[in-house]
Amino acid sequence: MTTLSIADRNAILALVTASLRDLYEQNGITADSEPDEGTYLIGRRALLDSLGLVTLIVDLEQKIEETFDVALTLANERAMSQKNSPFLTVGSLVDYICSLMNEQRSA
Amino acid sequence: MTNDQQVVLITGARKGIGRFLAERFVRNGALVEGCSREMPDWSLEGYTHHLADVADESQVKAMMTSIARRHGRLDIVINNAGAAAMNHSLLTPVASVDRIFDTNVRGTFLVCREAARLMQRRRFGRIVNLSTVAVPLRLEGEALYAASKSAVETLTRILAREFGPLGITVNAVGPTPIETDLIRGVPSEKIQKIVDSLAIRRLGRFEDVANVIDFFVRPESDYVTGQVIYLGGVS
Repeated sequence: MTTLSIADRNAILALVTASLRDLYEQNGITADSEPDEGTYLIGRRALLDSLGLVTLIVDLEQKIEETFDVALTLANERAMSQKNSPFLTVGSLVDYICSLMNEQRSA
Repeated sequence: MTNDQQVVLITGARKGIGRFLAERFVRNGALVEGCSREMPDWSLEGYTHHLADVADESQVKAMMTSIARRHGRLDIVINNAGAAAMNHSLLTPVASVDRIFDTNVRGTFLVCREAARLMQRRRFGRIVNLSTVAVPLRLEGEALYAASKSAVETLTRILAREFGPLGITVNAVGPTPIETDLIRGVPSEKIQKIVDSLAIRRLGRFEDVANVIDFFVRPESDYVTGQVIYLGGVS
């Protein structure tokens, strides 16, 4: 059993921020600053709409599979029922992806 | 593969209308991928077959991953795989319920979902689902089959809304009875009764279905989605 390294987490963070940048560009969204761990994905402070979030999730699932050869389902029932949504910010999403990947590796 | 060569997936492509459509799309220059639970006894240049059950999520995902890795795109999906049982409801075992709904509803949903994930990368896609005139005709003896296809029609209409912003259209064609394995066990007088209820009184042909599919998948049909077209003048 191997848990994710800091380098893996940084790689996932890079995937998320790159996907988010692409989405902003595709949808003509102008952000005040580069996406980082504190960037909101849902709620009033988010720049994405609900379809944008769906597209981000689908895009990330594909990129994670291509990069790490791991098939994750990010929008599962557990994620949707959590009190603190893992989709709130880039940082919480990265933590959530890391936890799912760790679970898969230890299974 | 050339840039303008379309990549087409046809489920239930081993025989019948699925095979007809696969051969037709290949003839028209497309790269065609097909699937079924058993291997076909034929092969064709430009056609790749996947051994996959559309109701099995992992098999559908593996097929889409294979298509994505080899082509990087998917333009058209024809959800043709279907299961039927023509029987009085009082004589229908629950195993038939599971089999029909697994293939027709769960299978159609899984293929639509996974296909749209791939299609949305290029903001283009055409999905055509197969319904049946048994839905509007409310045919006795086809309660389960028609109910499952009613679900396919509702999926079609709602997925059309969900996928519309992604550049993907979702439509359905509802054929009349066609001489295929699906109706081989149905008594001829019952088929004749259905034919007699049509505006155009003949059995359907594969070409009739292909004609509607051609309309739905053409690039100019990007403003046509969530529609169900029945053949034979049924409405």
